[in-house]
Amino acid sequence: MTTKISAKNIFKIFGNNPDQALGLLQKGQSKEEIYASTGQTVGVDDVSFEVAEGEVFVVMGLSGSGKSTLVRMINGLIKPSAGEMLIDDIDVASCSRDVLRRVRREKVAMVFQHFALFPHRTVAENVAFGLKIRGVKPDERRERAQAALEQVGLGTRGDSFPDELSGGMQQRVGLARGLASEPEILLMDEPFGALDPLIRSDMQQELLELQRSLKKTIVFITHDLNEALILGNTIAIMRNGSMVQIGTAEQIVSNPADDYVAAFTRDVDRSLVFTAQSIADPAQPLDLANTDATAALAHMETHGLDAVHMVDHGKLAGIVTYRDANTAVRDDVALKHIMQEDMPTASAETLLVDLYPLAEKGLPIALTDDEDRLDGVVAPQAVFAQLSNGKQ
Amino acid sequence: MLSPSDFLSIPLDDWVNSLVRDWLVPNFRPFFRSLQWPVTQVLKSLTGFLGATPMVVFTAVLSLVAWRTAGKGVALFTLLALCFIDAIGLWPETMTTLAMVVTAVFFCIVIGIPLGVLASRSDVFRAILRPILDIMQTIPSFVYLVPIVMLFGVGMAPGIIATIIFALPPIIRLTDLGIRDVRNDLTEAAVSFGATPWQMLMEVQFPLALRTVMAGLNQTLMLALSMVVITAMIGAGGLGLTVFTGLGRLDVGGATAGGVGIVLLAIILDRISQALTEKRSVQSPSLLQTMRGFFATRRPVPLEEPERAG
Repeated sequence: MTTKISAKNIFKIFGNNPDQALGLLQKGQSKEEIYASTGQTVGVDDVSFEVAEGEVFVVMGLSGSGKSTLVRMINGLIKPSAGEMLIDDIDVASCSRDVLRRVRREKVAMVFQHFALFPHRTVAENVAFGLKIRGVKPDERRERAQAALEQVGLGTRGDSFPDELSGGMQQRVGLARGLASEPEILLMDEPFGALDPLIRSDMQQELLELQRSLKKTIVFITHDLNEALILGNTIAIMRNGSMVQIGTAEQIVSNPADDYVAAFTRDVDRSLVFTAQSIADPAQPLDLANTDATAALAHMETHGLDAVHMVDHGKLAGIVTYRDANTAVRDDVALKHIMQEDMPTASAETLLVDLYPLAEKGLPIALTDDEDRLDGVVAPQAVFAQLSNGKQ
Repeated sequence: MLSPSDFLSIPLDDWVNSLVRDWLVPNFRPFFRSLQWPVTQVLKSLTGFLGATPMVVFTAVLSLVAWRTAGKGVALFTLLALCFIDAIGLWPETMTTLAMVVTAVFFCIVIGIPLGVLASRSDVFRAILRPILDIMQTIPSFVYLVPIVMLFGVGMAPGIIATIIFALPPIIRLTDLGIRDVRNDLTEAAVSFGATPWQMLMEVQFPLALRTVMAGLNQTLMLALSMVVITAMIGAGGLGLTVFTGLGRLDVGGATAGGVGIVLLAIILDRISQALTEKRSVQSPSLLQTMRGFFATRRPVPLEEPERAG
């Protein structure tokens, strides 16, 4: 995957003499010392990261952590005091105003926390704003705005004014406005922060669905770790202007970099983070064609299994439990007859939350790929163990 | 008692006299005279137009405008007030005054809105402009009537120029205020989509500031009307002259009639311009829509349907 955005040693000082503060920072002074001696605030402190094309990169942090400042430096709304911010090969921190304007018109669109819809324009005009700024003809503008509105499920509300819509609908309009100019990068600054919880989770699901087909590069800002874990391919955690940890959801929850991150992850719903893959054992299936009940029983005894999966020509065929195998040996019944074809299956990417009901049956869960081949096995106990893990 | 005047006396009056009489008047009189030209042109065409419009037609049109913008009450008032003015025999004077006021307000818009926009963009420019506006609003108009006469002469145009000086500040201040009050995230959104400063002004800032600008326009209009009598002293005509003449001849009735005319005109203009302010608070400022607004009743907005879940 190619790198779309690359931030290199970004600093942002708020104050009248950033160079002085940068010098002090390099001498190892803390942010508090710099504020005490110069009255300047270090907003972002030596942040570097890379965002790959097509991924959702979530920056998570509490208010005042510098995350909103950081996202505004990606489209040049705020100029870094030092460092490079590369979008493809353009450094938006140092390029000319014309180049920056072209980047904003063609490559990057932004969605705002409080929607920032223009109250004097209709929904359709709001959505077409970026196109109008770019000089697209009215007919084409209207068509593309309508298409963008349909993408977010508001195809019929084009003639309404923003204040006639509910909060969730307004943010859909904000999203449509971002999508209408067909940018390569979408910056989302706490877009669901002002919505109530139910609507927020609807919007998260819709964004995920949209992203599946759009494959935009998204930089998403949030203060809610659960939201970060649901949406992010990569998650960056910011604290006090610095990047504390960058990693996948699983990496962050299973290996928090410090106590600060650990404190956040403690309350996380682990069932929404971990996939079946993370707790799977390697599969040890038996081939239905050349195994009898005795062999199956022996296999389970050596490996300490309660049940074993059977494959037929490489494909998953069914499951044989220890008890059934025992009975079969005693009564001399063919393995085929005691094999259960109805068994819990899932895929490697299934989240624990969806695995949980399957685990309740007490049978090991078969993880299969698209062609019904057995990838691994999840023991039901492993699901419960992972879910209770990390909860004191 | 000791006072500074024992040691130092500043001949401010002499300085101003020599500045105006010996320097401004001989050197710049042609320049100031040429400033009158656009004012005279606008005034002439307006006076010609209003003079040529029959009283009945004008009354009907203005009442219709009042009805579409401000409702039935104001329309009825407009109709009765204009008939009353005609009945007391002051129709031509009222039209002259109206032409003067509209001309003054027109130039206040042309000068004031760009200055207000500049002030909203530059703190330095605003810092320079503010004391000037303060002076313009507080200095008694009698003080600048004399130099205006010396530089521009007497008549309608100098009267309008004095009116412009007096009525200009509110529209500048409120344009500045309106643009500065536009929500920060809206301007940020416009910039994030790559708007140039000009696009930002025309697409976002000015339309959103329009309500405040219109409030400034309303104040400017009222101030312009209040100068009508004063400008009569330097040779401007209209209702002001009626009042001024009545004053000179101790003709209480004549002065009252002129005064009533001014008040009625003021109320009509105030109500209509205020209604414009309120009505178009969040609408697009396009002329077409405004014109449409005059002729079509606005449909009520349909009630909000509940948020779709999922």
